[in-house]
Amino acid sequence: MSIQKFTTIKTSCVPLPVENVDTDQIIPARFLKATTRDGFGKNLFRDWRYDKQNQPVTDFVLNNPTYSGSVLVAGKNFGSGSSREHAAWAIEDYGFRVVVSSFFADIFKNNALNNGVLPVQVSAEFLQKIFDAIKNDAKAKVEVNLEKQTITLVATGESENFEINPYKKECLLNGYDDIDYLLRNKDKIEAYEQNREINL
Amino acid sequence: MGKTLFDKVWDAHVVSEIEGGPSVLYIDRHLIHEVTSPQAFAGLDARGISVFRPEKTVATPDHNVPTIDQHLPIKDVLSKTQVETLAKNTEKHGVRHYGLNHPYQGVVHVVGPELGLTLPGMTIVCGDSHTATHGAFGSVAFGIGTSEVEMVLSTQCILQPKPKRMKINVDGELGKGVTAKDIILYIISKISASGGTGYFIEYTGSAFTNLSMEGRMTVCNMSIEMGARGGLIAPDEVTFEYIKGREFAPKGKEWDKLLAYWKTLKTDEDAVFDMELNYDAADIEPMITYGTNPGMGVGISGSIPTLESVEPATRVTFEKSLKYMNFEAGSAMLGKAIDYVFVGSCTNGRIEDLRAFANFVKGKQKADNVVAWIVPGSKQVEKQAIEEGIDKVLTKAGFELRQPGCSACLAMNDDKIPEGLYSVATSNRNFEGRQGPGSRTLLASPLTAAAAALTGKITDPRTLL
Repeated sequence: MSIQKFTTIKTSCVPLPVENVDTDQIIPARFLKATTRDGFGKNLFRDWRYDKQNQPVTDFVLNNPTYSGSVLVAGKNFGSGSSREHAAWAIEDYGFRVVVSSFFADIFKNNALNNGVLPVQVSAEFLQKIFDAIKNDAKAKVEVNLEKQTITLVATGESENFEINPYKKECLLNGYDDIDYLLRNKDKIEAYEQNREINL
Repeated sequence: MGKTLFDKVWDAHVVSEIEGGPSVLYIDRHLIHEVTSPQAFAGLDARGISVFRPEKTVATPDHNVPTIDQHLPIKDVLSKTQVETLAKNTEKHGVRHYGLNHPYQGVVHVVGPELGLTLPGMTIVCGDSHTATHGAFGSVAFGIGTSEVEMVLSTQCILQPKPKRMKINVDGELGKGVTAKDIILYIISKISASGGTGYFIEYTGSAFTNLSMEGRMTVCNMSIEMGARGGLIAPDEVTFEYIKGREFAPKGKEWDKLLAYWKTLKTDEDAVFDMELNYDAADIEPMITYGTNPGMGVGISGSIPTLESVEPATRVTFEKSLKYMNFEAGSAMLGKAIDYVFVGSCTNGRIEDLRAFANFVKGKQKADNVVAWIVPGSKQVEKQAIEEGIDKVLTKAGFELRQPGCSACLAMNDDKIPEGLYSVATSNRNFEGRQGPGSRTLLASPLTAAAAALTGKITDPRTLL
């Protein structure tokens, strides 16, 4: 088993300058009834994207053909709320490989990384620069380099470093998954079980 | 240097550490439900492996179940498939499963504690962010994604970076009509829906130690609503008394041994937190939210902030939120008309919550324009409510007791608040569409919900006590 490898991408962006985008907005609960991981992308941001009659809401960014690309740029505290991994599946299935924000909710961050989606946390200032660049040119590109841990506005060359823990970076660069790692370490887990003083 | 309670429990579960990376953390108790587990079991099947320690996982369907006519087949085909898939997967892998109509079925975070499956010093995870509830027992409990559910099923471990430590101290006496729910809504309104991100919280002070276990669970439950991974409270006599004698609680010599250990589970005096916050219980009044995240709350006698008082960077989000709620910035909360009342969920669906609601409405009548859903958190809560005559008190006052499940907290089943209507809910989230597409949620305590149900508008419960 493996996750999709991530190295470098250069792409235009989809801007969503809203704060506290919670996982109920990313994928509403009524679409969590599946028993597989497939096909969640079509309901990504369902209630912002479609109206009651299931018609596309024209001023929502995913329905605006001006914007495209595999980087979603969102306001601070992205992915708050429910632990549903379906949110990460929906983002990945829709075609995003990176989400940029100035702040991510913890569980979402783990879920994204476990599905080959890279959460890139930037400063509030740099986030604003990206939003401004997209405002000036809807096709403005960013380059995300995981090896160097940089995100760069291609037009101006302005760049910022982002954090990722070295283990997760290795996983993404190589497409490794955590379960393989844990399965390889089962002897350690069994040794831990045998040596516990308090067994709850 | 001393250790915090969180450090003591966490460190006791570290199997190994990856340099520069997360820890391999051993999990004592794994709770699963129908919505976030099927893909994890499918993952095991794809790898051709079985559940590593099936006795440490317990399953019950809750998110997706109807709250009426549970004896009939589930009508919604997709919901039915998910509930049946949970039964099949757990049977195949030898995992304990309390299915629909089983006397132990219920909302997973209500079931764990009431059966004695939740114990101090444990690590507890579930594919649900409100797993933080179990922190009330002095356990390290937090929500995980489905990939992590698969990790626990296959190895009883997850890879997890260690959060920072935060202490939130609230001392003093709570005023009349002020409950555990109001304390936590007050704290979230102070530090925002993201103020706890990256932290694990320990709640200290007399405002928490004076609470029952049910109240402590309400507090810890909403730790995630400020972004924290979880929150815990040091176990004490109230905790031990609650656990003793429960179905799966340790007994005899095992009890004595564990009790001695549990008594060591407290933060050392010289331990250091990464952040400390202090509040005074006397400053807290019954709380209610006005916006679309749990941090957007005010005291019930207060008003929605004015646009000018909101930080410029947040104004777009604030205005979007008020537009969704159809509320005016600066307007008073009291007197706003409401349509629905929902009492239930892993936050406030326990026996104490139903008691508080029933005592409040006893001898009074529900407002005609209000639809109320009173949903017990579990079959055990339902049974106890009936034994105590709560169902009859509710019926007399114009309410009815439904059957257990997550219900209108997330509206995955048919319990949906219609578009544009207002719901005073004792649950945990007021996100856009949380209780059904277009629904407008105001979070509050069972007492504030009761006051709204009787009057049809936002009412200070203290005026009716």
